[in-house]
Amino acid sequence: MPADWLWGLVGGLMIGSAAALFLLVSGRIMGASGLIGGLVDGSGRQNWAERAVFVLGLIAVPAVVTAGNAETHLTSNAAIIICAGLLVGFGTRLANGCTSGHGVCGISRLSLRGIVATACYLFAGALSVYLFRHMLGWI
Amino acid sequence: MRLFIALLAGGLFGAGLYISGMTDTRKVQGWLDILGDWDPTLAFVLGGAIIPMALAWRLAKGRQHSVLGSPLPAPSSPILDGKLVLGSALFGAGWGLSGLCPGPAIASLSFGGWQGLLFFVSMIAAMAGLPTLRKLWTRRQEVSI
Repeated sequence: MPADWLWGLVGGLMIGSAAALFLLVSGRIMGASGLIGGLVDGSGRQNWAERAVFVLGLIAVPAVVTAGNAETHLTSNAAIIICAGLLVGFGTRLANGCTSGHGVCGISRLSLRGIVATACYLFAGALSVYLFRHMLGWI
Repeated sequence: MRLFIALLAGGLFGAGLYISGMTDTRKVQGWLDILGDWDPTLAFVLGGAIIPMALAWRLAKGRQHSVLGSPLPAPSSPILDGKLVLGSALFGAGWGLSGLCPGPAIASLSFGGWQGLLFFVSMIAAMAGLPTLRKLWTRRQEVSI
């Protein structure tokens, strides 16, 4: 569909604008895994309110925009969901960043760590889809 | 004011994730499926997100403080380590398996059903448990030395 890429671009511009706002006004890097990770492992205790409010906005605005009528098409296989959730949680905290932190905020400042991390998770992601979809047929 | 900006940034981020298709795991897995029926949408999302952020870094250059007075982030470290590579590889494996990364996992909580909630809880559990695991690991290494 030709409209898909346009929505992707518009949404991407919104994501980048949010990150730019957070950087220039608050002096913070907008990384989803770091912001919520600091809330749950205690490392972000000194600015927990800012983190909590960010997460609140991140949940509430899509709830209002979609009025709950949207579909993630996530699998219903609980074992796959749990494994994937654990991998995403461990991996992003170990690497100190995810798609937003390393991808959006890192690449845009030409950070070597951001570029290497993005190359690694894109490669692993493509390999994972190839293995689990085309070789094993699980997803 | 800081809290208001955080709310605004979180909200705009969430709306952008939904509009761009990042909360739809089929689109994400389609983007990662380079040897199958490849969906290029996410290239536009990442490209679109990098444009305002590259401008923002340019504006931040040479300044010490943000508008609200807090210090701007330090220059990024050029040091690559095994944690960065291993962590990103584990994350990528989970991302491909499910089609969700942390931002969209949070943004889709209101409409993701029990599946989305289970993913979120698993992700949070891993994030919360990592420091403890790390401590156990270093202790074991110390003992073995």
